[in-house]
Amino acid sequence: MSHDKSSPDHLYHHFYDVDQQYETSKLGMWAFILTEVLTFGGLFVAYTIYRAWHPDMFFNANLLLDVNKGLINTIVLIASSLTMALAIWAIQLNKRKLSLLMLFITFLCALGFLGIKYVEYEHKFHLGQLPGEYYSYMGPEVVQQIHDQEKIDSYIASNNIFFDKETNRLYTMNNPHIFFSIYFIMTGLHGLHVAIGMGLIAWLMVLTARGRLHAGYYTHMEAVGIFWHLVDLIWIFLFPLFYLIG
Amino acid sequence: MSGTNQNYLTHPKGIMSWLLTLDHKRIGLMYLFGGLFFFFIGGLLALGMRYALATPEADFVTNDQYNSMYTLHGAIMIFLFIIPAIPGALGNILLPLMLGAKDVAFPRLNLASFYLYTIGAIFFIYVMISGGVDTGWTFYTPYSTESHTNVMGTTMGVFIIGFSSILTGLNFIATVHKMRTPGLTWYKLPLFVWALYGTSLVQITATPVIAITMVLLMLERLLGIGIFDPALGGDPVLFQHFFWFYSHPAVYIMILPAFGIISEIIPVHSRKKVWGYKFIAYSTLSIAFIGFLVWGHHMFTSGQSVLSQIIFSFITYFVGIPTGVKIFSWMLTMYRGQVSFTPPMLYALSFLFLFTIGGLTGIFLGAVALDIHLHDTYFVVAHFHYVMQGGTIVAFLGGLHHWWPKSFGKMYNQTIANICAIGVFIGFNGTFFPQFLLGLRGMPRRYATYDALGSEELVAQYAATHGSSTFFSGILGLSIFIGVMNLLWSLRKSNKLDPGTNPWGALTMEWTHTTSPPHPHNFEEEPVLEHGPYDYDKVIVQPTLKK
Amino acid sequence: MDRLTEYLFPKQVSSFAHDIDNLFYFIFYASIVLFLIVVIGMVYLAIKYRFKKGDDIRLTSSLDHNNTLEAMFFIIPLILVMITFVWGIKSYLDMITVPDGAIEIQVKGQKWAWIYDYPEGQNTMNELVVPMDTPIKVILSSTDVLHSFYIPVMRAKMDVLPNRYNVMWFDANQPGEYPIFCTEYCGTSHSGMIGKLTVLPKKAYEIWLAEAGSADDDLPLEELGEKLYTKKACNTCHTLDGTALVGPSYLETSQMWGQERVLDNGSSVVVDENYIRSSMLEPQTQIVAGYQNVMPTYQGLLNDRELDALIAFLKTLKEDSQI
Repeated sequence: MSHDKSSPDHLYHHFYDVDQQYETSKLGMWAFILTEVLTFGGLFVAYTIYRAWHPDMFFNANLLLDVNKGLINTIVLIASSLTMALAIWAIQLNKRKLSLLMLFITFLCALGFLGIKYVEYEHKFHLGQLPGEYYSYMGPEVVQQIHDQEKIDSYIASNNIFFDKETNRLYTMNNPHIFFSIYFIMTGLHGLHVAIGMGLIAWLMVLTARGRLHAGYYTHMEAVGIFWHLVDLIWIFLFPLFYLIG
Repeated sequence: MSGTNQNYLTHPKGIMSWLLTLDHKRIGLMYLFGGLFFFFIGGLLALGMRYALATPEADFVTNDQYNSMYTLHGAIMIFLFIIPAIPGALGNILLPLMLGAKDVAFPRLNLASFYLYTIGAIFFIYVMISGGVDTGWTFYTPYSTESHTNVMGTTMGVFIIGFSSILTGLNFIATVHKMRTPGLTWYKLPLFVWALYGTSLVQITATPVIAITMVLLMLERLLGIGIFDPALGGDPVLFQHFFWFYSHPAVYIMILPAFGIISEIIPVHSRKKVWGYKFIAYSTLSIAFIGFLVWGHHMFTSGQSVLSQIIFSFITYFVGIPTGVKIFSWMLTMYRGQVSFTPPMLYALSFLFLFTIGGLTGIFLGAVALDIHLHDTYFVVAHFHYVMQGGTIVAFLGGLHHWWPKSFGKMYNQTIANICAIGVFIGFNGTFFPQFLLGLRGMPRRYATYDALGSEELVAQYAATHGSSTFFSGILGLSIFIGVMNLLWSLRKSNKLDPGTNPWGALTMEWTHTTSPPHPHNFEEEPVLEHGPYDYDKVIVQPTLKK
Repeated sequence: MDRLTEYLFPKQVSSFAHDIDNLFYFIFYASIVLFLIVVIGMVYLAIKYRFKKGDDIRLTSSLDHNNTLEAMFFIIPLILVMITFVWGIKSYLDMITVPDGAIEIQVKGQKWAWIYDYPEGQNTMNELVVPMDTPIKVILSSTDVLHSFYIPVMRAKMDVLPNRYNVMWFDANQPGEYPIFCTEYCGTSHSGMIGKLTVLPKKAYEIWLAEAGSADDDLPLEELGEKLYTKKACNTCHTLDGTALVGPSYLETSQMWGQERVLDNGSSVVVDENYIRSSMLEPQTQIVAGYQNVMPTYQGLLNDRELDALIAFLKTLKEDSQI
């Protein structure tokens, strides 16, 4: 039952030929993508429901996010998707060095994405725009202007109000912590996927550098590519849903 | 068929060759024994509960202990036994054999999914020794966000086992699509393969939702994110929607493989072409699909909108129709056959009886007005035990007896097995039929005691019914225990069958094209398909049972 | 039929109970027919075509479908379930349409008791008193976890949620006392969360309503306390015989009168009238070591005389046990 000597060494024993192995891996990957979509799907449902219940709060809370950083991240991630596709194209033509370069750029883009995300998170942690019980942001600018801090605090707390310095307006907020819960869970889970993707891309770089991947066999790269496009696609949904409300 | 005596059980040898095996048959066996272990634990918990309920007072266990027992019974039986048992154990062993493949599509993923199952199981064991968990296997918020018991450990266990389930499903889908031997077209597949395929589709689409729900529940406890906790502006009913969006399809993860087993056992032991092959195959897929649209029928008393009530009730009935036609198909398969009353067949016949009751009582619960009365009473408990135990577990036991000689090359004592099958049937009906009466009379489920109902007459009435239920549960437990022991006893060394043995004269590829137990690589030579899986009108294979 | 109903169901007390039981019988008899077809067919086929000793193994029939038969299997159950569906919805709509002129009673579920607020300001615990032949609309809410309000004789049930109101109604056509169950799991004493529905003739209800709140004034304190012990659901969590349930037994507390009791924060407190009083009104402040902080406050549910009565009753337990 074992394969004869002529079969390539990357063919696993339980497949008849390379084509079957390739097709099977690809199908498995797509099934996995379906699973991923449904995982995020559950969170998108939670998002939709709470946005329908608290449309004003979502609008107001969305103003606390930094659209520019979100936009830069979107561009970075779309660029990385392009370089990922180019890496696969290059390996199909057996241009191993080019492929390696493209993978490296993809890796850098992912790193950049996480870096910008870190800056964003850091800022929110600092302001107390945290999920759930830990949410403590009440518009510190108000407190700076008026000195009777206790009075202001209690007023803001009892009325769910915050002050936005840029627009110079007071906003009412009903359950803003839920917006940030959903924001952190969804972008956090997405960030986790980016991090896992970086690990996979690094692994691809090792495989490519060692010559294990070539025009005749690049299943791993194809599979990681599918995964990476999904990660990109999810962000393309997340960006307008959180940063561009209204 | 004989040739070399190499088989997957003895080749290669050594404990590491088992722990690191990529062989689907060995992984299946490890699932089997893991599943049986937790079946035993869950069964003991069940018997403990029955014993506690024999009297109205809390004289055997305290309320807290009882609440923990019923939660662990449910969670262990569902997540550690029923869901993994048929696909993980029997499915793993048989799927590649039935397809003429050398292994599943992703053997390493298969092993990973077994180890995820093991890690999840360790979490459950940790929960048991750390004092249990008392939320019910449904983890309804806000009780589950504030309970002082080990909710974190349990949800973590469920989360991990969920991934094990997803990976198995993904693996099986790729296997069925791409690993079939040349010439084995979709309509020539054994129906067990169709059933596993339908199950896998549900596994990869529904399970991610429970996984993310468990994550949200854990975050709710850790950080108070406020999605489900009403004290923080969240909505507990949203949790129920999330939970049942998975857990209703999970019912089909549990029952579809059982349908598959019955579709194998009845034709083989009736030596007759299966009735309505295409219908059974397609109804499996349609049940899998419709199963996603009915979760709201678990929430008829939660105060959802009238329109939702109507829609969910309406769609619910459409799951019932294909299931009903399947039952008629299995019954008619025996028409003009040669029916042997072997242990697998007895289990299959008792499946038909019990599952029909389980299905028909579902009609009562689908009618909204009547469900309001029956919701969360013992009627529901009896209904889902008729489906889950009378259906899935009885089919599992039947399948185990059917494929035992195939998996181990050993034959158990068939007389004892037959007696146990009858004992399971009697014990099961005696245990659960009275619970329909309890439910109609209003006895709520998840009650640790029923001594203070404000009416002596009612207490006496409940106690009498609970008493007989408890009595028969002893018969049920004993029958299953002896039945499994009878199987294990057959594994003794002296009891070897000829490798070419085909005790039932079955026509599916795992019987006709490989030895019992099978070769380490499944088939010594590439299998060539000579006939369909149920061609008892064209081919005769003599049953053989040689030592 | 009536005897069967008596055997299978609790009494039919609400106006819609009869209809729901009839729906049950319709499905029941239809199911029996379907069930018998399957079981008799199965047994008949299995025996008729059994493989006898000495039979030759032969090729069997290739018959594997019959379109007419299969269409029938499809259509007949479909008709039956569609009737069931329509009936179920129709009865359900009757059940949720509250008639005009219903009395509105607020029902609060808490671990582990029911609190009822009547429109005229009276309140009771666990015992719900309603007049006969009058629609009663209950507005349900919870102060903690989920509960479910279930009156078997009414065939009525509705979940009790902490963040929104659910509504259900019923009417009673015969006087009597009937149990009310909690059917959504709510913790340790879920099975002790049993209420009592008392249906009174209209006149008697008027009298009860007028006396509620002022009744029992003439009882001696100890006797009133004994009565309140069950009436206010203290018995769900505190026994009189020394066994510890969710909370410490009254007997144990009584025997420790004047002595120090260790609390869960390590400090201790002398068991006296003030300690008992604050334990009822602010139960979360002093938790006895080994117990959980689960008791709801009785602020507003017990007046001063009732507090005195419960304390007096508790003090009698020690003497009783010494006899």
